[in-house]
Amino acid sequence: MSDAVKLIEVKEEIQADNARVADGLRAQLAEKRTFLVNLMSAPGAGKTRTILRTIEALRDRWRFGVLEADIDSTVDAERVAAVGIAAVQLRTGGFCHLDASMVAKGLAALDLDSLDAVIIENVGNLVCPAEFDTGAVKNVMILSVPEGDDKPLKYPLMFTVSDVLLVNKIDYLPFSDFDLEAMRERVLRLNPRMQIFEISAKTGQGVDQWAAWLDGEARRFLGN
Amino acid sequence: MHELPITERILEIVLKHASGHQIRKIVRIHLAIGALSDLEGEWIQRYFDYLSRGTLAENAELAIRPAPIVLRCASCSRSFEITRDELGHARCSACTESRVELVSGREYLIENMEVM
Repeated sequence: MSDAVKLIEVKEEIQADNARVADGLRAQLAEKRTFLVNLMSAPGAGKTRTILRTIEALRDRWRFGVLEADIDSTVDAERVAAVGIAAVQLRTGGFCHLDASMVAKGLAALDLDSLDAVIIENVGNLVCPAEFDTGAVKNVMILSVPEGDDKPLKYPLMFTVSDVLLVNKIDYLPFSDFDLEAMRERVLRLNPRMQIFEISAKTGQGVDQWAAWLDGEARRFLGN
Repeated sequence: MHELPITERILEIVLKHASGHQIRKIVRIHLAIGALSDLEGEWIQRYFDYLSRGTLAENAELAIRPAPIVLRCASCSRSFEITRDELGHARCSACTESRVELVSGREYLIENMEVM
């Protein structure tokens, strides 16, 4: 061994492991015919309520399960389980996001044979969850009106990796200076493929259109 | 905010690559991190200093090169680089189209490491 410094080529993507686990999970879920959706948003944007509304709209057609991620509580899973939906709580123990292996662990606690679709309620955070592939087929994000129309500028990655944007709390619009058109333009510049739905999980406004889109995607995935 | 799990992976990967070589220590690790990521280099180094204690990578310096954000025009398919601040207002430099797709800027790559 000499004191000379030498160079070792590594050329390894740090996220490659998670990407592999996520791809494996997607393949396994395709075989099991389970449609996995990852729902992300800031804290308080209305993820749990949106999940409840969505399932309510599609419950006659699909059997749903929910994976609830929380840093340290079970309140969301309790709300979901209270209406008779299979729910698993993942306590991330301080982690700010879910990765594919955490999702795999959560799914193992659900009876996937009796479910058609699982919705992941990711940790409330617009930064970290955007970086970690969960193995979901579709990434859905919520931006709620009180958060402001500038969020696409502040959290560009989240708006880039999502397939769907739900603009929630649309009933709050008259009391707000939120500019829907400006937001839409900012979002589509980052992500021309983004599907945008305006909803109020509280009043139910717009939920049918979003649910119809999700139903179409689930049919395509599940093949019926 | 997610620096800790990323840093754990960096340590795992460099120790794996070090294991086949006769080396005393890892001096410097060169990373390319996409400008779109929200990783804080200072925190990665702090976590790394903590996690790497007692390993070959103890005291190694993390040299982070920001990898550019590259977009592709949805209309003329031309690729071009932009800064993070320009992201929400980006237009194709050739045809001024505003619909663009992200080509790169999200990567976390360990490029190489200097060892002794």
